[in-house]
Amino acid sequence: MQVKVGIPVSPGIAIERAFVLEAEEPYIAERFVPPEAVAAEQQRLERALEQARAEIRELQERYREVLGGETIQIFRFHEMLLRDADMVQELHRLIGAEQLSAEYAISRVFRRKIQAIRALRDEYLRQRDADFQDVERRLLRALAGTTQREHKGGEEEVVLIAHDLTPSQTATLDTSRIVGFATDVGGRTSHTAIVARALGIPAVVGLGTASAEIASGDLVIIDGTRGRVIVNPDEETLKEYRARRRQFIEFTRDLAELRDLPAETRDGHRVTILANVEFPEEIGPALEAGAEGIGLYRTEFLYAEGQEPDEEAHFRAYLRAVEECDNRPLVVRTLDLGADKVGAGMAAPREANPFLGCRSIRYCFQRPELFKTQLRAILRASAYGPIKLMLPMIASLEEVRKAKVIISDVMDELEQSHVPFDDRIPIGIMIEVPAAALIAEFLAREVAFFSIGTNDLVQYTLAVDRVNERVAELYQPAHPAILRLLLTVIEAGWRHGIEVSMCGEMSGEAIYTIPLIGLGLRTFSISPGTIPEVKKVTRSITLREAEEVVDRIFTFSDARQTDNYLREKARRIIPELF
Amino acid sequence: MPTVERELELKNRYGLHARPATLFAEVANRYTSEIKVEKDGQVVNGKSIFELIMLAAEQGSRLVVRASGEDAEQAVAAIAELVEARFHEE
Repeated sequence: MQVKVGIPVSPGIAIERAFVLEAEEPYIAERFVPPEAVAAEQQRLERALEQARAEIRELQERYREVLGGETIQIFRFHEMLLRDADMVQELHRLIGAEQLSAEYAISRVFRRKIQAIRALRDEYLRQRDADFQDVERRLLRALAGTTQREHKGGEEEVVLIAHDLTPSQTATLDTSRIVGFATDVGGRTSHTAIVARALGIPAVVGLGTASAEIASGDLVIIDGTRGRVIVNPDEETLKEYRARRRQFIEFTRDLAELRDLPAETRDGHRVTILANVEFPEEIGPALEAGAEGIGLYRTEFLYAEGQEPDEEAHFRAYLRAVEECDNRPLVVRTLDLGADKVGAGMAAPREANPFLGCRSIRYCFQRPELFKTQLRAILRASAYGPIKLMLPMIASLEEVRKAKVIISDVMDELEQSHVPFDDRIPIGIMIEVPAAALIAEFLAREVAFFSIGTNDLVQYTLAVDRVNERVAELYQPAHPAILRLLLTVIEAGWRHGIEVSMCGEMSGEAIYTIPLIGLGLRTFSISPGTIPEVKKVTRSITLREAEEVVDRIFTFSDARQTDNYLREKARRIIPELF
Repeated sequence: MPTVERELELKNRYGLHARPATLFAEVANRYTSEIKVEKDGQVVNGKSIFELIMLAAEQGSRLVVRASGEDAEQAVAAIAELVEARFHEE
């Protein structure tokens, strides 16, 4: 069994044999044509352009129903690319003046365009490179007189594994046979991802090398909710995922109903469900799925590929998020990256142990100007709607105080230049270093809220790198040490009257919903795909039951015992779910 | 030949992303006039989707649309209408 972690782009579970699509990399010979053949070559080009446009028009006609009006716009965009007169003229010029073959001309023009779009700062626009590639391949196929490769492999259902899928390949997948897909490359806001969601098939992208490591015929689980791909699962895992698949299908059925119901225990204790997002584009769909606000807005995307965003780029991203949230809570986390990921113009020293090194808030302290730029933008955006500011990787009280001094400096500067901001913006911290959990009592006096980041908290407490396959098994959120740290943090929050939320993956795992409520957690910040499950569990229990579960698991000395008990308990309370 | 120029602000949420840029180019291509779009000193062909995308114009950007030709007036009016209607988003 092998577990691969990627980016979940379309929720749901698929369990089937794999069909691995071979990469479709057309080989372009650097071919030239003799002067007397130029006119014929230009005619070939025109015919290919015409055919490609016709194909796209047909695709729009055929799939309008399946994909919906919004999604089909992607192909209107493709059609427009093929009608770009400047581009067509440039192709003719390359054939006419430089005597390139039509193929060579196309690949040269598109290579330049793809390079140019990848150099843009806008994350969404950068991902349009896949659209350019899609159009390029369509043209090349038209020249070769072939059509898009069909995914042959018999009549049985399969999950499709590919290095990459273009938006048009995705749109034309035969969903009666292809029940899920996974690719090596791709991002959250790629058109491929959008098409997958429109089709409603589970998909995971950004898996790195999956297509080379998975063979056709392997049994594969695609968990499009959590971003996992499991190759040749063992019996236990298979059983678990079959149950999850059943549960997901049931959920999508009563999703609409559940979305409008409050997250409230049977005896009336209210829980707040927020969503974790990375890009502003994700906020709308998260609210649509039932989130009451955004509990974690990661800002790292602004620093993609080592570029340092200026204040305006920060500001625009936060302003947009505030507008999308429309007066609902929005927690913006300051930069949570290491020097290796940011360091524009500054060679970051290689660290032997980056997770224990100069990352996150520590890095911000070493580059106060970079930190202040972000803080100014967050504060400016706070004039337009409620924002909370969250500091990651805090390990001591001194760090909180130091950050607050910098924040108040920035506030002074803004005030002097008469720039509006919310001068009572709540400042909170992530609890993800065990030291912070243990001194929660002191920290609670200094900050407005806690958000427990369980991914790092578990990793640091148990000294386990969860993406290292050789030790991933030792990553146990239900470890008694973790449960005790959680209790310490949540109790400190209650005592000092500050909100405690949890934004790590643990809070989105339905099996932990009962004990977390029992421990006193009232705010869950989770990935949008897991909202229905957590809500469902919350609505099925009473607080009393949850507290009894906590009393019981605190008598257990190891994680496995706790997990088994929790699963058993959950199964008894909500049999349709586990 | 008449030249008409107008400054427009992108008020739609996503600026000139794929869909709005497609609509922009579609409208521009309906006219025979030459249409240029300028943003912060960068000038591109308003009929070329590739070039429009490369402007990376976000919400709040100001664009100067300049048309010259017989139907310049109508072209600028149609583009302005599209931009002001926020590209019919939502």
